[in-house]
Amino acid sequence: MSAVNELRTIGSARTTQKRQNKAAFAFLLPWLIGLFGITIGPMAVSLYLSFTDYNLLQSPDFIGLHNFHRMLADERLHKSLEVTFTYVVVSVPLQLGLALLLAYVLDKGVRGLSLYRSVFYLPSLIGGSFAVAVLWRNMFGTNGLINQVLGALGIQGQGWISEPNTALGTLIILNAWTFGSPMVIFLAGLRQIPTSLYEAASVDGAGKARQFFSITLPLLTPIIFFNLVLQIIHAFQSFTQAFVVSGGSGGPADSTLFYSLYLYQRGFGNFDMGYASALAWFLLLIVGALTALNFWFAKFWVFYDD
Amino acid sequence: MTDSAVIPLPHASPTATRRSAYGRWVRPALKHVVLTACALLMLYPLLWMVASSLRPTSEIFKHAGILVSKPHLSNYSNGWNAFQDPFSHYLWNSVILVVGCIVGNLISCSMAAYAFARLEFWGKRGWFAIMLLTLMLPIHVIIVPQYVLFSQLGWVNTFLPLIVPKFLAVDAFFIFLMVQFIRGIPRELDEAAQLDGAGHARIFGRILLPLMVPVLATTAIFTFIWTWNDFYSQLIYLTNPDKYTTPLALRAFVDAQSATDWGAVFAMNVVSLAPVFVIFLVGQRFLLRGIATTGGK
Repeated sequence: MSAVNELRTIGSARTTQKRQNKAAFAFLLPWLIGLFGITIGPMAVSLYLSFTDYNLLQSPDFIGLHNFHRMLADERLHKSLEVTFTYVVVSVPLQLGLALLLAYVLDKGVRGLSLYRSVFYLPSLIGGSFAVAVLWRNMFGTNGLINQVLGALGIQGQGWISEPNTALGTLIILNAWTFGSPMVIFLAGLRQIPTSLYEAASVDGAGKARQFFSITLPLLTPIIFFNLVLQIIHAFQSFTQAFVVSGGSGGPADSTLFYSLYLYQRGFGNFDMGYASALAWFLLLIVGALTALNFWFAKFWVFYDD
Repeated sequence: MTDSAVIPLPHASPTATRRSAYGRWVRPALKHVVLTACALLMLYPLLWMVASSLRPTSEIFKHAGILVSKPHLSNYSNGWNAFQDPFSHYLWNSVILVVGCIVGNLISCSMAAYAFARLEFWGKRGWFAIMLLTLMLPIHVIIVPQYVLFSQLGWVNTFLPLIVPKFLAVDAFFIFLMVQFIRGIPRELDEAAQLDGAGHARIFGRILLPLMVPVLATTAIFTFIWTWNDFYSQLIYLTNPDKYTTPLALRAFVDAQSATDWGAVFAMNVVSLAPVFVIFLVGQRFLLRGIATTGGK
């Protein structure tokens, strides 16, 4: 059902039909131009640029591995890796946990399911927008909504956004708020689990908790895996939220300096395009390695029926 | 959907009758209380934003409530006219961009999807795998050389760097969505048309496209929302205020205001999100179907 599964099973079938090359490549022409002209081509160029010093105005100056040496010593880069990994490691499980919990509750039969589903889904459509990031910045500001609510409860709030210890936390909450999209995918997955399994388990005396851990969770692992792969990649690329909340700086004290934001600052703030290309390729390596690791780990916990 | 939790099981009758009042009324009611509380918590920030857009700026940060007794509409007129051009100018720029992207995605992705779903060709599985891999490619990896390319073509500060890629099917997500959909259309339809002497262009245009309306609608709606919300690539390619789209105008506003007229900022926030809400209300069944079959973003 998912892109991830397709990728997993590719190469297992063989075709015998005769080929229709001419027609097929005619239909694929726009995609092929795009693939080579603005995806693979630029990737190759950016690989070359990562070995150069380039500021857009003068032609690229080959400097070997110098950019990568710079990366080793670049403390802001290390900070941004720390920030991004913390963000991904905390916010993705939080988001998926909420998604699974709500999907499970909704799937167990609730009147008004479609209304709840819509309400929970809505934030995931706008969570990445500029406007919502502006809202977040105000909500968690010194005089914002959060502190008013806390004040009413007699708790002294603080400037959540201006405090290096909590600024990233507000972005993690924002990402958790967008659990609706994985929730809808979980709901679709839950519906594919045959009711007869639960009935049989029930007859055998298995309680609700036992049924959840022995039936629901194992059968849902392919979808959990799919959501995990996509949300990790997605979270790694988060940009707008941090850009807005920190006013583009990644502050306070670089505590919201997402990797993508740092790359933007180097590339489009300082026009240090060679270094930005090196950062981009390093990002690709990180995301690629994490995804490969995810696929490898999947052998141990993802349960495939086929 | 079946309500498996409530179906009484034959052997459990003694406890079932004892627990029926609890099972029939109390538990569902409790569930609704909890779910409604969750839903309100989720929506509260948005409701607070709308309420704040109707309050004088001096009042916004004194209220946690969402009820407004005297709506203060001047925030909207202040925000609307706070920029170099009226806010409609930026909304219109966003609309042009969105329409271009939708047309591009519909044409290019459906063509590629037809080839992947219906035709046999050299290296098909390899191409398909590459297509799926591009789905996972971070935009940041290609943005630098893409920027170099488009700036050499003189396309910076036009909508071309944002629209042309859509005509080249870079949104692999939609190709995959459409491939899945076409696979569900019986092949007999194509074969019958083929017997009647129809070529691929005809089969695609006359038979499949009309049947693909639901998936085309899903594509159009997702393209609308993602393009409308996109900030990163617009920030990079559009630096001339005349070409600003809605989020770029908002950004300029927030920066220029530096925390003075928040009422007007909130008002324009609401205006910028309103089209997404409308599209969501109108098209949510297409959205939910699309994300449930392929997994969304």
